[in-house]
Amino acid sequence: MSTTLAPQAAAAGAPSGTRSKAKTRSWVGFTFTAPALFLLVVFFFIPVGLCFTLAFTNARLISPEPTQFTGLDNFQRLFEDPLFWKSLRNTAFFAIVVVPVQSALALLLAILVNGQGRAKNFFRTLYFVPVVTSIVVVSILWRFMYAPQGLVNNLLQMVTFNLVDGTDWLNNTSTAMPAIIVMSIWQAVGFHMVIWLSGLQTIPSDQYEAAALDGASEWDKFRFITWPGLKETRTFILVTITIAALGLFAQIQVMTSGGPLDSTSTVVYQAVRTGYSQQQTGYASAISLVFFALVLSISLLQRFLTRDKDVR
Amino acid sequence: MTTTTAAAGSRRAPKPARKITGRMIGMNVGRLLLGMFFAFPIVFMLVSSLKPDEQIFSDMSSLKAFLPVGDLSLENYRTTLDTVPAFRFLLNSIMVSVVTVALGLFINSLAAFGLSRLQWKGRGLVLSLVLATLVVPFETFALPLLWWVNHLPWLTHQGFTILWTEGWIDTYRVQILPFVANAFSIYLFYSYFQSIPKELDEAARVDGASWFRIYRSIVMPLSGPAIASVSILTFLPAWNSFLWPLMVVQTEELRPVMLGVSYFFQLNVAWGPMMAYSSMITIPVLALFLAFQRSFIGSIASSGVKG
Repeated sequence: MSTTLAPQAAAAGAPSGTRSKAKTRSWVGFTFTAPALFLLVVFFFIPVGLCFTLAFTNARLISPEPTQFTGLDNFQRLFEDPLFWKSLRNTAFFAIVVVPVQSALALLLAILVNGQGRAKNFFRTLYFVPVVTSIVVVSILWRFMYAPQGLVNNLLQMVTFNLVDGTDWLNNTSTAMPAIIVMSIWQAVGFHMVIWLSGLQTIPSDQYEAAALDGASEWDKFRFITWPGLKETRTFILVTITIAALGLFAQIQVMTSGGPLDSTSTVVYQAVRTGYSQQQTGYASAISLVFFALVLSISLLQRFLTRDKDVR
Repeated sequence: MTTTTAAAGSRRAPKPARKITGRMIGMNVGRLLLGMFFAFPIVFMLVSSLKPDEQIFSDMSSLKAFLPVGDLSLENYRTTLDTVPAFRFLLNSIMVSVVTVALGLFINSLAAFGLSRLQWKGRGLVLSLVLATLVVPFETFALPLLWWVNHLPWLTHQGFTILWTEGWIDTYRVQILPFVANAFSIYLFYSYFQSIPKELDEAARVDGASWFRIYRSIVMPLSGPAIASVSILTFLPAWNSFLWPLMVVQTEELRPVMLGVSYFFQLNVAWGPMMAYSSMITIPVLALFLAFQRSFIGSIASSGVKG
């Protein structure tokens, strides 16, 4: 194409030729993207924008009265709401425990099943089973296991020769959140194991061979080859686990409904409860907005911190 | 590589070899114990779904809880189907997930094609807009979205009269359309399309093929792995979705499988049927996973590397 056109374009003025070509392509390219873009605008950008607008109104899901601008009322109410602070604390507690524990466990699993081989592939599949199982189903199962006469307590009695009786895990204010944490890590750890694995596979094996020749121990290999080699994977995993942890909802809804005494209420759970069950869209939008600010600042902070380390 | 290591270590071969086997056995026993920890709730669920309630409870104090022993029957499944419209829920979930995957594959690959293989003004802006949506979790805008879809118009008909109605609550479309366009799917297609040589497009253009033709007959047939990844990564959340249907579906006939679970809490039914229902909604995904486990794990892995 270019060979046949080149002499003509040179003769007739190249600029106009290229410009008209760019124009048709511009139209075509946009047309291909338009359906997806339209859906993203309608179901993402507008709702996100509405979150910022509705948070300053008294909007209700279904209301005979027109929506009114109420300024910062929702936020004032929110910051005076003890349930909000409790939910925020619970969410933070969940994230602070889950992020390091889950990422470390996932890395451990990944190292255990890294490499080729039928056995390793089998175990990889096995560890991944909870990930494909719905969190709703998993929550039901664990609710059953955490019951006073459930599997967990029976197991505890067996292992400790009836010295420990266990407790009603989900109905005890001091154990409900830890119980949910254990279950959540169990469910999602396989997902992050696979991401660590993909990171491990990018590290060239000759580095390990060279280290082995130098007589490096397993720990040295991990410290000086594996850990630095996983820099990018680390950032990705940290951000995804944090965002997922902050969005804690289904487990709470199925297992505890926020109880006992709001000890497992989370920000998203509270937002859904006010916005859906109580139909207070405006107030729920304010909660969502605070939550969004939280998520965004934490992931930006993580990016910043991990980037800072890279420079050194 | 293997030959060089074998040659280098040939002098000391027997000793390390024995050491490695001993260690390997230990490692595999450890791996197996871990594997049991990950599999046992699922095994427990499947096994319990076949047992009467009294036996589930009496077995709980021993290893029998994980073994299909005793009075086994499909009774729980029958009770489930009698108390809950489980088939209807399954059909709804299949419908919603399959349509979401199909529409998603089409629309997102189309967008990725436009973004990766065509040069146009505004391309960079659109691409960064799409990627920006990746950092916002669904939970943060679910409630404004609920309010918004409740005010969206839709054309319906009554006999031959077309009506302009408002509100999407309690429909199939509200379970599908918000999840069709997906930045992550676009991104997966986008990066896959980058690896397909652009010369193919040029050649087809010379032959007079339209861009849509190139998309349909050249790029898509070469994108099997990307199609598999996107299908899996769209299907799984669609099948497992809970928060959104909980908010937008009230009518029983429209409920997906995960909402069916709340029935059991409301009706306060026995655990056996509940385990049967949980098994029924888990087995399809589990079967899909075991059949395609390599692509499953591969698609999650590739999502991590490039993300």
